[in-house]
Amino acid sequence: MRRTKRALTFGAGALASALALAACSSGNVSSDSGSGGGDGENVTLNLATVNNGQMKDMEKLKSEYEDANPGTTVNFQVMEEGDLRAAVTADVASGAGQYDIVTIGAYETPQWGANGWLVDLTPDLEADSSYDVDDLLPPVRDVNTYDDKLYAVPFYGESSILMYNKEVLDKAGVTIGENPTWQEVAAAAKQVNTKKMAGICMRGKPGWGDLFAPLTTVVQTFGGNWYDNDWNATVDTPQWKQAITFYKTMLDDSGEADPVSYSFNECLTALKEGKAAMWADASVAASMLEADDSPVKGKMGYAHMPVVETQESGWLWSWNLAIPSSTKQQDAALKFVKWATSKEYIELVGNEIGWSNVPPGSRTSTYEIPEYKEAAAAYAPITLDVMSSVNPKQPGVDPQPWVGIQYVSIPEFQDVGNQCAQLVADYIANRTSVDDALGKCQSLAQKAGDAHKG
Amino acid sequence: MSATELDTVEARTATDDKRVNTKELRTARGLIFPAVLFLILLTQVPFLVTIGFSLVRWNLLYPNDRGFTGLSNYASALSSGDLWPSIVATVLITAFSVVLSVVFGMLFAVLLDRQFVGRAVARTLMITPFLVMPAAASLIWKYSMFDTNIGMLNWLARTLHLPVVSWSTEHPLMTVVIVLTWQFTPFMMLILLAGLQGQDKGILEAAQVDGAGTWRTFTWITLPHLRMYIEIGVLLGSVIIIQVFDPVAILTKGTGGTKTLAYLLYERAFIGLDVGQAAAYGVVTVVLTLIVATVALRTLFKVFMAGGSR
Repeated sequence: MRRTKRALTFGAGALASALALAACSSGNVSSDSGSGGGDGENVTLNLATVNNGQMKDMEKLKSEYEDANPGTTVNFQVMEEGDLRAAVTADVASGAGQYDIVTIGAYETPQWGANGWLVDLTPDLEADSSYDVDDLLPPVRDVNTYDDKLYAVPFYGESSILMYNKEVLDKAGVTIGENPTWQEVAAAAKQVNTKKMAGICMRGKPGWGDLFAPLTTVVQTFGGNWYDNDWNATVDTPQWKQAITFYKTMLDDSGEADPVSYSFNECLTALKEGKAAMWADASVAASMLEADDSPVKGKMGYAHMPVVETQESGWLWSWNLAIPSSTKQQDAALKFVKWATSKEYIELVGNEIGWSNVPPGSRTSTYEIPEYKEAAAAYAPITLDVMSSVNPKQPGVDPQPWVGIQYVSIPEFQDVGNQCAQLVADYIANRTSVDDALGKCQSLAQKAGDAHKG
Repeated sequence: MSATELDTVEARTATDDKRVNTKELRTARGLIFPAVLFLILLTQVPFLVTIGFSLVRWNLLYPNDRGFTGLSNYASALSSGDLWPSIVATVLITAFSVVLSVVFGMLFAVLLDRQFVGRAVARTLMITPFLVMPAAASLIWKYSMFDTNIGMLNWLARTLHLPVVSWSTEHPLMTVVIVLTWQFTPFMMLILLAGLQGQDKGILEAAQVDGAGTWRTFTWITLPHLRMYIEIGVLLGSVIIIQVFDPVAILTKGTGGTKTLAYLLYERAFIGLDVGQAAAYGVVTVVLTLIVATVALRTLFKVFMAGGSR
């Protein structure tokens, strides 16, 4: 009797675990469908967006738009980046039509445009002279263009820059020029590295958007790239090995102690707390380091992203507004998209919320506004400079078959980038050799590249 | 009471029982039916759907390329080389965490089994880690314990002039195990404490009178008594920890031999966006878990049973 009971217990336990795992694997993304009743005067626009500060500001200001356009209600659905990507991809790919406006990254725009999932905005925007489509920063416009059609308009954009604690570097007698090389930066980092303060903080957290955002730009300026012009993977090349070994050596010599835990937020904290002297990362970080509550406000210096063989090596990212072709309210959606990315909107944010909160990196004219110039004096000029000089069509030494800098705009890249990031993280933590990591990464990348040949 | 009388009574009861049983059984079945139906709808249908998905070629990013593909998802899941390291990671993490939390749980249970002032407060405090959400617990550990700059463990190391440890980078598996042990020790402690409090104090006194020391009383009387409770703790703990996700996602991102099956599944489904392949991994995982749960744990407990007599 006891035996049977025990067997039953085991059976029940086994079943429970089996079911739990099964439920885990079949986790469908379910989303409540918003009411998109657009009959006649009353229009409800459903907008999916990411939970960044600038987007939340837009939500605060939406009433201005609703007041100016009676009958229109804009319904915001704010999500984490990962959730947004999953929810919006599922909705747009299946043509469900739940969202009238979606927020997508520069990585998605050309792919989705090519799939026919997005409305081509070019004719409408060019026809409207007050919108001034030519004012959009050219590289940002390029990454959102596929086949000469603009499929999304930038809400804000960013590049990457080198940020350093001037006080610390001055004390050590180290100077950094406007356009440093990686070798200079590594040497400087080594010089200021102490037990209490890391010389440099760089992302090491595995993930295509974490470690591989800065690392891809390092690889590209060392002369390597993910693919050659015919979609042959080129990860097992000497340039890659050189770049990855350089990155690891720099981290070992003078980087933060626990690189696998560090990404944007961790490095930001380390810099603010005086635990790191330098940091090469997203330009948007500068506005946080210069915020009123930052202990290092006014002590920072900024330079272009370090280079080796290229002229520039800053990345290019933008969050954009796009209209899925499945929407039933294209005209109303377009009107809102235009408003949210217009010059007037930028003025509105400046006056209502504050000039340092203005969405940067989308329009050239933003950088001519006197109030913004004053509020962002420390970093606005260099951001504009870097953003207008990077070349998303060919960021590396050799030509590439896609437009984009710190990513490859193919659907498989998230997966490939992620797995490669784990392999490289294993190398950074001394668990594998660089050849082994890059060899495995090469075959992953090749498998993905094969799907795009021909 | 004579023997014959007793026999008649027994015979009558038996027939009554049979009659009542059939009737009662029908009612009982009728009453349970909705619950069973609900259970099947909630658990078995999704599983069947998962099996269905696993036979389909379906990547969310290629919406037009979708169709039946037979067993090729299974072939790629089994041949990719991701499965075996993931199984090893899951087994190691589960085993270490369960064993350590039983050991610590036992220690705290024995301590809490004594009478002292503020016992209720101490017990509540001891339980707290189990009540913290897994994701929150991982974040707390990431920043306030493991961090190289502001973490308490490294503050301690620095104060004692020991080298600073980069937990997630250098010891990823241990990092995950530590967090899980911290979380599940209270769980084990509660179960074992219940066992200890259900122990007959008379036997302990008798042992004392017979001259058994504390250690001998514990190993020869308390431990055999607790065996059943340990078994339940290990079983429940394993079933919960085998699905561990949060500490892996937050602390190590699956590097350094911490990519558990649950995390692998998540990666395939939400980063690879490959529904078919993720479903195939899910089914393989279920089969493996079934085998582990029935065979491995059973053998484990047989060893246990041979060790002490009940």
